[in-house]
Amino acid sequence: MTDVVQKLEASYEANLGPTVIPDCADAPEAGRRALGGISREGTLNLIGAAVGAVSLGLLLFGRLSPVAGPFGLVVVSYLMFLALYAFLTSVTEGRPVVVDKVMTVLMCTAGAVAGIALVSVISFVIWKGISVIPRTNLYTHDMSQAGPLSPLSVGGIAHAIVGTLIIITIAIAITVPLGLTCAVYLNESTGRGVRLVRTLVDAMTALPSILAGLFIFATWILILGFERSGLAAGLATGIMMLPIIIRSADVVLRLVPGNLREASAATGAPQWRTVWHVVLPTARSGLATAIILGVARGLGETAPVLLTAGFTASMNLNPVHNPMVTLPLAAFEFVRSPQKALIQRGFATAFVLMLVVLVLFAFARFLGGRPAGHLSKRQARRVANRSLRDAQRFRARPVEVN
Amino acid sequence: MVATVGTTIPAPAGPPQDRPRPITAVDDRGDRFFRLGTSLSGLVVLGIMVAVGVFLTIKGLQALRVAGFHFLTTSAWQPDRRHFGVAAVLSGTIVIALIAVVVALPLSLGTALFITDVAPPKLRSWLVAMVDLMAAVPSVVYGLWGLFFFQGHVIGFARWISTWFSWVPIFRVAGANPHSPLAASTVYTASAFVAGIVVALMVMPIQCSVMREVFSQVPPGEREGAYALGATRWGMIRIVSLPFGQGGIIGGTMLGLGRALGETIAVYLIISPRFNINFHILETGTNSVSALIANGYSEASGFGLSALFAAGLALFILTLAVNFTASIFVARSRSGASSEV
Repeated sequence: MTDVVQKLEASYEANLGPTVIPDCADAPEAGRRALGGISREGTLNLIGAAVGAVSLGLLLFGRLSPVAGPFGLVVVSYLMFLALYAFLTSVTEGRPVVVDKVMTVLMCTAGAVAGIALVSVISFVIWKGISVIPRTNLYTHDMSQAGPLSPLSVGGIAHAIVGTLIIITIAIAITVPLGLTCAVYLNESTGRGVRLVRTLVDAMTALPSILAGLFIFATWILILGFERSGLAAGLATGIMMLPIIIRSADVVLRLVPGNLREASAATGAPQWRTVWHVVLPTARSGLATAIILGVARGLGETAPVLLTAGFTASMNLNPVHNPMVTLPLAAFEFVRSPQKALIQRGFATAFVLMLVVLVLFAFARFLGGRPAGHLSKRQARRVANRSLRDAQRFRARPVEVN
Repeated sequence: MVATVGTTIPAPAGPPQDRPRPITAVDDRGDRFFRLGTSLSGLVVLGIMVAVGVFLTIKGLQALRVAGFHFLTTSAWQPDRRHFGVAAVLSGTIVIALIAVVVALPLSLGTALFITDVAPPKLRSWLVAMVDLMAAVPSVVYGLWGLFFFQGHVIGFARWISTWFSWVPIFRVAGANPHSPLAASTVYTASAFVAGIVVALMVMPIQCSVMREVFSQVPPGEREGAYALGATRWGMIRIVSLPFGQGGIIGGTMLGLGRALGETIAVYLIISPRFNINFHILETGTNSVSALIANGYSEASGFGLSALFAAGLALFILTLAVNFTASIFVARSRSGASSEV
């Protein structure tokens, strides 16, 4: 062994000689290289390509083939922009940089298109419904007194708001206990059953919502003979929401650190106490987010309600008797009419629906967005206070001497 | 070892006395109840999911017996004359879903990469919220937007494509006269193209969040390694992020496809139904299984309903197959494996 090492060292010395540290005293001071940011040339390239592309697009669409609308102008100008930008960059840079620049533009575009689409959807709905949205009768009246030709000052969607609340409450009452228990089952048990249920739930997450409605229509209404009602719609919405809630709750519970579970088990706690006092509280914010997002999905679904709730223009508070209507269904039925006023009502309904979903969504972001086990300041203070109380309780207890 | 004063280190006394303690699980009644309860909930969920398939089959069997194999090859839908099949509606569903995925895939992939690699860190959480919000917007709202706003703006583009690219068979439009400036643009409305793009906006956030999840798990070491070797940002994405996220990209795309296949209300609002196989995507009229069900369930007779259930069953099997394939891809990908750590 040792002579191999010696031989190696000898050969190194023969080849390399002693180490020389270069003398850097006269070397020119190098400035700090800018690694990020956009250079002046890059900015000019971007501007030049943009101006050129818009001009070419206007020429092509405004002069040579004037039939296509503004959408086509944007698309063609954009393609021109990519080509021009690639060309301008290639004047000074090599191929890899050109590809990088073009790809960066493409990725930014994808993000921008998504953002523009979202803003466009939201603002269009507000713009079309603006003549109805500020009227108070929209929120306090139902449509029983208002015909298709009634002015916008008569009638409203109070019945749809109430219907949505009742139906979503029924759906929540079914899905949340069942869904959370099932998610706990997926995380706390082992065996073939778990894998089967998980695979099936995963596959059912994208179950077409109309099939959930069709299932309740087949069983509850056709086979069992109940009438179309809020309860049936709640069941259908619940079946649609169930896999969504189970799946996201499962993901959240899986993120609970294993050592917390083990620590609880090491103190001698039975499994159910571990789940109740350690696992669920740790994942509380994530679970709340999972439920709220599932509820938001359920609120917005039209198809299951369309098949199971029937349609009514008047207020109905009884979930088991007579048809009921929800916000998405009301919006859908309004815009199917050719009457301008009804279409405006439809957009106002869609706006109210979107507002509800947005509020739920903001609430979910407020609660969640924190990984399992991370506490907010207030929660941390509460936990600290609780352990202080525990410590005082222990100290106050008479010490048993064995 | 430094022994402090007063500490005695016990000498090993003969054979080791530490034997594994016998560990017996305490038969806790609460635990037994807990296990029973959770398993029961799993069973109930399993039962519901299976029941959906079973009841669709039961109710659809009557129609399937009559139609037999022709159910898959007939494109007309006249159940009362015993002449019906899903060839037209199923092909329409698939065409719309494919258009949606073709449009949504670059959009979601680009957005996911933009969020993980390009956008400044401060913007990132806002972008994630934006994508989640897009997923939360109800489909009827997308439908309204598509019908009243987007369709009017995209028709010009559709006409432009059909004028210049009509030599590609799928872009051909019957009855269109591109050379007449007065030609009505109604031949381009209510097409699979418009419906597909609107559905694309709906499936894009689903695909995007799956992909973003995967890209955010790319090991930083590999990422920095690529940069250290002189890769540009796109070079890094091409050799590190994309291969790492392959499974997530395929799985997310398939999930989006599954969602697009089942979309009801937006498609129903936009398309005008027709009952022949139509691969000319820019042409007015297409159909989808869910639109057929939404349209026909209230007027259908007993046998007509059974036919609708059979169509629903076809859609059910199709989406289930797509979703299973998606979950296999996600589970097999390296990215899926590393997230289990």
